[in-house]
Amino acid sequence: MTTTIETNTFKSEEYFINMGPQHPATHGVLRLLLTIDGEIIKNVEPDLGYIHRSIEKMCERDSYQQIVHLTDRMDYLSSHINNEAVCLTVENALGLEIPERVKVIRTILAELTRLASHQLWWGVMGMDVGALTTYFYGFRDRELINDIFEETCGARLTMNYNIPGGLMFDIHPNFVKRTKDFIAHFKTKLPEYDTLLTGNVIFQKRTQGVGILTKEDAISFGTTGPVARASGFSCDIRKHHPYSAYDRVQFNEAISTVGDTFTRYQMRIQEMWESISIIDQLIDNIPDGDFKVATNAVIKLPKGEFYQKVETARGELGVFIVSDGKKSPYRMKFRSPGFSNLSALKKMAVGSKLGDLVAIMATLDIVVPDIDR
Amino acid sequence: MGIEKNELVNDFPGQIIPGGNGGNITITTLDKVINWGRSNSLWSLYFGTSCCAIEMMQTGAARHDYSRFGFEVARPSPRQADLIIIAGTIVNKMAPVLRRLYDQMAEPKYVIAMGACAISGGPFYYNTYSVVKGADHVIPVDVYVPGCPPRPEALLEGMMMLQEKIRTESMKHKVNPIDGFDQGL
Amino acid sequence: MDLTKDYKIIGMTNSELQTLINSWNFEVEFSEAESQFLNITVKPENLHQLGLQLKSNKETSFDFLFCVTGMDWGTDLGVVYHLESTTHRHQIVVKVKTSDRENPTFDSVCDIWYTAEFHEMEVFDFFGIKFNNHPNLKRLFMPLDWVGYPLRKDYVDEVNMVIK
Repeated sequence: MTTTIETNTFKSEEYFINMGPQHPATHGVLRLLLTIDGEIIKNVEPDLGYIHRSIEKMCERDSYQQIVHLTDRMDYLSSHINNEAVCLTVENALGLEIPERVKVIRTILAELTRLASHQLWWGVMGMDVGALTTYFYGFRDRELINDIFEETCGARLTMNYNIPGGLMFDIHPNFVKRTKDFIAHFKTKLPEYDTLLTGNVIFQKRTQGVGILTKEDAISFGTTGPVARASGFSCDIRKHHPYSAYDRVQFNEAISTVGDTFTRYQMRIQEMWESISIIDQLIDNIPDGDFKVATNAVIKLPKGEFYQKVETARGELGVFIVSDGKKSPYRMKFRSPGFSNLSALKKMAVGSKLGDLVAIMATLDIVVPDIDR
Repeated sequence: MGIEKNELVNDFPGQIIPGGNGGNITITTLDKVINWGRSNSLWSLYFGTSCCAIEMMQTGAARHDYSRFGFEVARPSPRQADLIIIAGTIVNKMAPVLRRLYDQMAEPKYVIAMGACAISGGPFYYNTYSVVKGADHVIPVDVYVPGCPPRPEALLEGMMMLQEKIRTESMKHKVNPIDGFDQGL
Repeated sequence: MDLTKDYKIIGMTNSELQTLINSWNFEVEFSEAESQFLNITVKPENLHQLGLQLKSNKETSFDFLFCVTGMDWGTDLGVVYHLESTTHRHQIVVKVKTSDRENPTFDSVCDIWYTAEFHEMEVFDFFGIKFNNHPNLKRLFMPLDWVGYPLRKDYVDEVNMVIK
């Protein structure tokens, strides 16, 4: 008789939880519909579009120079790399020969952007799993990069510094010195990140073995960037399809085979060291020359389809332009890394605890406007 | 041993007269002292939709540190917040959510529209089918902070303007900004 | 892990791919004009079979679907799939078209490449293209009660759009 009472009293039942769109751990306005049995996640269904700004439709009426400034606002943490992606597509379509100086400057700025993005991610990752101090450490160092950007590009976040054909203006005379100072400073600060968070036992317990993604799934879900590389899928565009000045620098692709949350965390820390090394190699060797080549005031791409991919801080950003020879693209598609990475969330999260979901989301490094476009 | 006048926080709205025997006499009005307290402890809601959210976070982080001005705590729940900083674009799908968050906040409540998108749609004004052309179509806004995105200093300036606005309010003649808002008054 | 060798792999050339895919008899059209990839246009009824073959064949092994684009070519609606092989590192573009604007339907490929599930929802949302055998086809970005498919060329929205 006692057994029947127990089963009746403690029978489990699935229920729904609505997470977002206004939630501090979703990094923006992502909404997740969770099906939960006790603490265990049974299903995750993302509901997107809370920041869908119809950028692809706007592109169909904008000139190519105008499109560049819209891409800043997609993945605003790698805005410089987004700009570069559109510029490279247009330049390749026009067959423009870009000066070496531009290529090197673009690469340095892209790596600084990656550093700034990873610093922010690291700060917020710590905050998501309950360590508020990392937030202040990460933003402290990020401000120094923002200062460099501000001096050279005139903006702190949405740079709009690349234009089809080169750069909007030449780098500031202080750029080289300040970048070197920053790199020297940051080399002493990055080990702090490890001592503060990576080695922390609580942090490791919360992330190790959580949200495992196998290599086959990583490929099939189209994940890229640190998320895919943690699972052993070698997908660094800088290595496989080098653009700008990446073919002349030595660096290692951060890669592992474990595929859990902690590994994804380690990949980004390792990428920061690689970015530092890339900047070190290039900063003293910026060639002289022009900072842009002349283009027509109204750029018209030849008829055809053009695809260019770059490696942003989140993974592979693809720009697909279908041109019919007019001043605006016929169709413009952005293959955003976050969108594909998010599609793997269900695979990673189902079966784990509700608290783990926050840790998994933190290492996906979601930027919602990048997903929604 | 009373407090000397010049030892007080210099923006205290009132007069302190040393009363002797360790006591002080404070002369002020209720409105002034309540507004002084309210304006210096504004708790804001985490509400970042896009790029401006990063600059809002920078404002709260190490270098700019808005807690110096009384914006000490950012709250994830609207029930505990006094202030909503709309940091980013509002789209059609988000607008009802924003309105609900605003309605959930306890009175008195204030709104700062941060950045071009929240003010007017900004770069997403033309040719877009999904962007709301300004958050003030959805909820009443107190302070507009222009920029794309605004610098942290600009946001701080906007927050201090809001504090000034709060200090001029009166409990007796209180106006609720949402009254008549939907009717376009 | 030493990967330096991996970066130098160049898989099959476009003409080799063309010969191989031709031997499968899927009635496909090839084109290399106006694109940096080899484009194959396939009939809607053969799409799923071709996808399965492209992925499972050891020589092609296109296991990485990196971009799915909905297209409105004016009269035709269609989908463009960008594929890459992670072992051979060659790339290919598969296109599928239909002239049915009222009820365009293709077969879903989300059982071959899992990522297609999300991308097909996006295509449905923006172009109104339906996918057979899709587990959860619904609007992803737009509100559920939204009328019309905004990225189609004939989409008109006089309420929200300020045209410049």
